[in-house]
Amino acid sequence: MATTYTRQDFQSDQEVRWCPGCGDYTILASVQTFMADAGIPKEDVVFVSGIGCAARFPYYMNVYGMHSIHGRAPAIASGISAARPELSVWVVSGDGDALSIGGNHLIHALRRNMNVKILLFNNQIYGLTKGQYSPTSEPGKRTKSSPMGSIDHPFNPVSLALGAEASFVARTLDMDRAHTIEMLTAAHEHQGSALIEIYQNCNVFNDKAFAELTAKDSRDANQIRLVHGEKILFDGGTKGVAIEEGRAFIVDVEQYGDDIVHTHDATLPDPSTAFALSRLAHGPHGPTPIGIFRDAPRAVYEDALDAQISSAIEAKGEGDLASVLGSNGTWTVG
Amino acid sequence: MQLAGARFTDASAAFGNDLATLPNFPAEIRAPAGTLAGVSAFQIHIAGGDILTPGDSPDVLVAMNPAALKKNIDDLKPGGVIIANTDSFEERNLAKAGYEVNPLEDGSLDGYNLLTAPMDELTKEAVKDSGVTGRAVLRSKNFFALGALAWMFDRPQETTLDWVAEKFASKPEVVAANTSAFKAGYNYGITTEAFAVTTFEVPPAELPAGTYTNVVGNQTIAWGLIAGAQAAGLPLFYASYPITPASDVLHELSRHKNFGVKTFQAEDEIAAVGVALGASFVGHLGVTGTSGPGVALKSETISLALMAELPLIIVDVQRGGPSTGLPTKTEQSDLMMAIHGRHGEAPLPVVSASSPSDAFDAAIEACRIAIKYMTPVILLSDGYIGTSSEPWRLPDVAQLPSFPTTFATEINHDDGYMPYLRDPETLSRPWAVPGTPGLEHRVGGLEKDQLTGNVSYVPANHEAMTITRENKTKAVANDIPDIVIEEDADAEILVVAWGSTYSAVLAGVRNTRLEGHKVAHIHLRHLNPFPKNLDEVLARYPKVLVPELNRGQLSRLLRAEYLTPTESLSKVQGQPFMAAEIKAKIIEMLEA
Repeated sequence: MATTYTRQDFQSDQEVRWCPGCGDYTILASVQTFMADAGIPKEDVVFVSGIGCAARFPYYMNVYGMHSIHGRAPAIASGISAARPELSVWVVSGDGDALSIGGNHLIHALRRNMNVKILLFNNQIYGLTKGQYSPTSEPGKRTKSSPMGSIDHPFNPVSLALGAEASFVARTLDMDRAHTIEMLTAAHEHQGSALIEIYQNCNVFNDKAFAELTAKDSRDANQIRLVHGEKILFDGGTKGVAIEEGRAFIVDVEQYGDDIVHTHDATLPDPSTAFALSRLAHGPHGPTPIGIFRDAPRAVYEDALDAQISSAIEAKGEGDLASVLGSNGTWTVG
Repeated sequence: MQLAGARFTDASAAFGNDLATLPNFPAEIRAPAGTLAGVSAFQIHIAGGDILTPGDSPDVLVAMNPAALKKNIDDLKPGGVIIANTDSFEERNLAKAGYEVNPLEDGSLDGYNLLTAPMDELTKEAVKDSGVTGRAVLRSKNFFALGALAWMFDRPQETTLDWVAEKFASKPEVVAANTSAFKAGYNYGITTEAFAVTTFEVPPAELPAGTYTNVVGNQTIAWGLIAGAQAAGLPLFYASYPITPASDVLHELSRHKNFGVKTFQAEDEIAAVGVALGASFVGHLGVTGTSGPGVALKSETISLALMAELPLIIVDVQRGGPSTGLPTKTEQSDLMMAIHGRHGEAPLPVVSASSPSDAFDAAIEACRIAIKYMTPVILLSDGYIGTSSEPWRLPDVAQLPSFPTTFATEINHDDGYMPYLRDPETLSRPWAVPGTPGLEHRVGGLEKDQLTGNVSYVPANHEAMTITRENKTKAVANDIPDIVIEEDADAEILVVAWGSTYSAVLAGVRNTRLEGHKVAHIHLRHLNPFPKNLDEVLARYPKVLVPELNRGQLSRLLRAEYLTPTESLSKVQGQPFMAAEIKAKIIEMLEA
């Protein structure tokens, strides 16, 4: 049963200590607003984080939470959700936490379709350790640990999640609170794992990394809004996205008309189309899709685990320790 | 060969013998047959009396090929019986084992009682009507050998034949082949002069009255965890990554989902302990199991559990190390890692099992401490306990320990819920789980304020919390039994042991006493903290011997803790102690 909350109900008594101007503030406000709107009993909400700036998030949420260790939040959250599937379990992670040290746990949580919602704050930099390149930093990026430019090829987090066959994958922007709340709501309603990549500005170590998508003079030309069931049009409807031979590309609608423009279906069982859309941009440069790439139902791990327990009890009866102890065969002495 | 060993074990158990076994097999699943590396052995000691070890030196060696003979002949008692399969002692196999001449023919085995049979040929003949063809035919030859042994040792045939019928029920031709081979071996024993030297009669052992079963340690640990969770009234959640020799704990628990046990095969060792800790955070009994390399990987999460003060059990079925080491062999070399192997000041309780049957009680004890003190606990077993078997007198389930868990449900302070407001006696903090309205709180790896649990960088608070965590582990000593001296309290020498060496050490001590010496013996279950009276007990004896399957780790801990001049007896060959090794060292020290 839904409970009536305000945003303040989800604010803890701890002083928020991110750098002034950090995108994390906006995301926190969006999440607290979403939580109040969603009306999940707050004692049933658990936030788990790893290490990094974003990982302080649980301390600021007045729900149950664990600030764990670097990269391991998806594993800990998997244990929480597998043990108590009725809980609403959220992971807050960053590009270093989720994609570098914790990459393995991320892909396996998505593969299993754990009913865990993962918020990946991508600022394309290591902030907490004061400015090294991250697994999403663009090639050539000059940082303290790459004075001659990064020679690492970056991950595209949406492509990676789709490659792991995540059943829900979305992307949003820290500054766009309405869109963020829309994505959070859809992730919450989805049964199974959800990954939301949130482009998050680090105004200290990587300022304006997403300016092409957020600045007033360029955002219309660069934000491709994905809406399920609608043609993918952007830049005032002058441009669209077409898909041919499994590849997505941008077309000039004024020149070619909109028959060629792809109608987005997030529910396709095969992730290939969503993957093609994710390849339109590698890093937030030029026209970049925002919204839900994939929202397709698939068997949820927790349901299957509980079903096995029920069927074992049905087949063998409730466990009886005495009969197990004698199950190797017994003999009597005296 | 492991299968034949297990069948002989069950038949002996059913007959009422006391027994102890030592499986010894290569790490490779299919090591090349006929080579020394590929020898798979199974040692069993059966007796009409109380026995403690698989036996130092076997009376009978069954050698299915030259490599098996070469690898094990040194262990056989002088004058012992060798049963050899002559068909496999041909040029190619002799060369693979490094024999230039056939040892069955060159007189080198004259000191033994050599019994031979062309087992390949006899097996082929026996199974020819079974429907089994080709290479599968010779798979039955272990059953031929088993049949011959059953006759020699007067084992009941039914136990094995019933097992064969059940095990291979879906393959009637295999049942027929193995049954025929087994009977042929048995009858070969009866009818041929070759085996007519002697039959061994091992009467049933005089064990205390009760119902017995035959168990291996990985199974009893799994059962003990189920019992411990029941005692606590908590659902059991076991997360693990497959690793030798601990995987059987995962296999066993995954068979018992009807107890509400949730098992989770994680993507790696770190995930496994993380999943278990997550389960504990929400009110399950989180357990992870592994061997040494896995404990190393889990150590950061164990520290988190210690900092968050949540119950968690880490089962370490130790194997030879470091690195990949000797995966299928036993060792006790993770003791220091269990006690000290984490970053920061990170004490936690460590409990050990001393035998396959004792592993059941040790697992329950680990559960009790983890929950009562809200702490991770390391439970040490090892490959020997995990894979070897012994009879176990079944406990009365109604008499097992009970320690129901109390979750926090109410605000515990005028200023709200304080997750680190401790019980003054145990220093344990309350356990409020998600789903409890009004007690929402956050835990984590950052140092916390000693009352509110909020992040705190206050210098004095960190020191206070560090010392409190240490004192909490020490407080466990108030809650465990004093150490009891076995054998002669008034001896000149005390033998101190822990873990799987129990049986060999006790046998060594008893054998020494039979020669008129006085020897005191203690065996430690709790390795951190130690029992409270250990200091006083150690001080009573001028000589203290600490035998261990490592390079003297407990010995060093005792020296560090109590300034006791201990002497270490160390063995790191991947094999258990022999009782004779213990006895020899005790006598050497007594005579020194």
